[in-house]
Amino acid sequence: MHVPDGFLDAPTSVATGVVAAGTVALALRGARRELDERTAPLAGLTAAFVFAVQMVNFPVGAGTSGHLIGGALTAVLVGPWTAVLCTTVVLVVQAVLFADGGITALGTNVTLMGLVAVGVGYGVSRLLLSVLPRTRGGLLAAAGAGAFVSVPAAALVFVALFAAGGVADVPLGAVAAAMGGVHVLIGIGEAVITVAVLAAVLSVRPDLVHGAAHLHRPADLATRPGLRAEEVVR
Amino acid sequence: MSRRRGLWLAGLLVTLVVAGFVSSYASSSPDGLEWAAGETGFADTARDSATADSPLADYAVSGVDDGRLSGGLAGVAGVAVTLVLAGGLTLALRRRTGRSAQDAAAARPAGD
Repeated sequence: MHVPDGFLDAPTSVATGVVAAGTVALALRGARRELDERTAPLAGLTAAFVFAVQMVNFPVGAGTSGHLIGGALTAVLVGPWTAVLCTTVVLVVQAVLFADGGITALGTNVTLMGLVAVGVGYGVSRLLLSVLPRTRGGLLAAAGAGAFVSVPAAALVFVALFAAGGVADVPLGAVAAAMGGVHVLIGIGEAVITVAVLAAVLSVRPDLVHGAAHLHRPADLATRPGLRAEEVVR
Repeated sequence: MSRRRGLWLAGLLVTLVVAGFVSSYASSSPDGLEWAAGETGFADTARDSATADSPLADYAVSGVDDGRLSGGLAGVAGVAVTLVLAGGLTLALRRRTGRSAQDAAAARPAGD
């Protein structure tokens, strides 16, 4: 999914750079509300984990591969604004140190993976959480579906950018079909990894998972005399 | 050891194993975007990154000949840099409640 330099013309790259900068600026404000003494260290680790897992491309058939983007996973784990920042840090490290994703395409990649994948992944998850059972299984299903949808969504936004500022004159329908088709398959891998990692964290520390806040019922659990509710959830 | 620190250390260990070892089993096939670009005929418009000469370019440490070692070292370096940058950013942005130290002290006898 990492867009190299050269695919999009300068005006489109500048425009996505502006969108990316605005998104990060909003995220810097929003993340302050999500991060506290307990969750901040986990957020840093989450970014490093996403970096590591993005190194592991999995085959999706037809001589093609894909890797986790991590938008839905990160948003459910640490909150959507923090997820934007984590994804952006990963993309900057990849572009600057590893030549993975172009430098002039950095704004495009932050827009696709930091804004679209996180936004769609978290948005779909939240939407489903409002109708699914308020259980761990419901949360995992919602996150998995959000993860699945987020990948073709980011791919199709790339196609839209390519339609606006692609440097090559190729049929857009073919680009959309190829991008959409292969990224639906990659989305399945995205969902599998997202559910597996989230299930593992929920099994040991559900209280640290941003998207699991609705699973805690401190009032019902606070039965020991003298114990404050905020200590129970911890 | 607190269970929070336990999760953090376990997560760090998994992260290092994935970046340093599992990554050598990654598929070398083109990713979805590269493949689609090749299929539809715009792959050749890609230009080399300005950082293509970086000592860590393409997840390999320049000068280390063994492919598995080179990729593993690059992965561990990437994890370290990402952890410092993202961890530093999130720690700087966190709400300081001032309660954390007291809570930790209160929870310790109970074996939190």
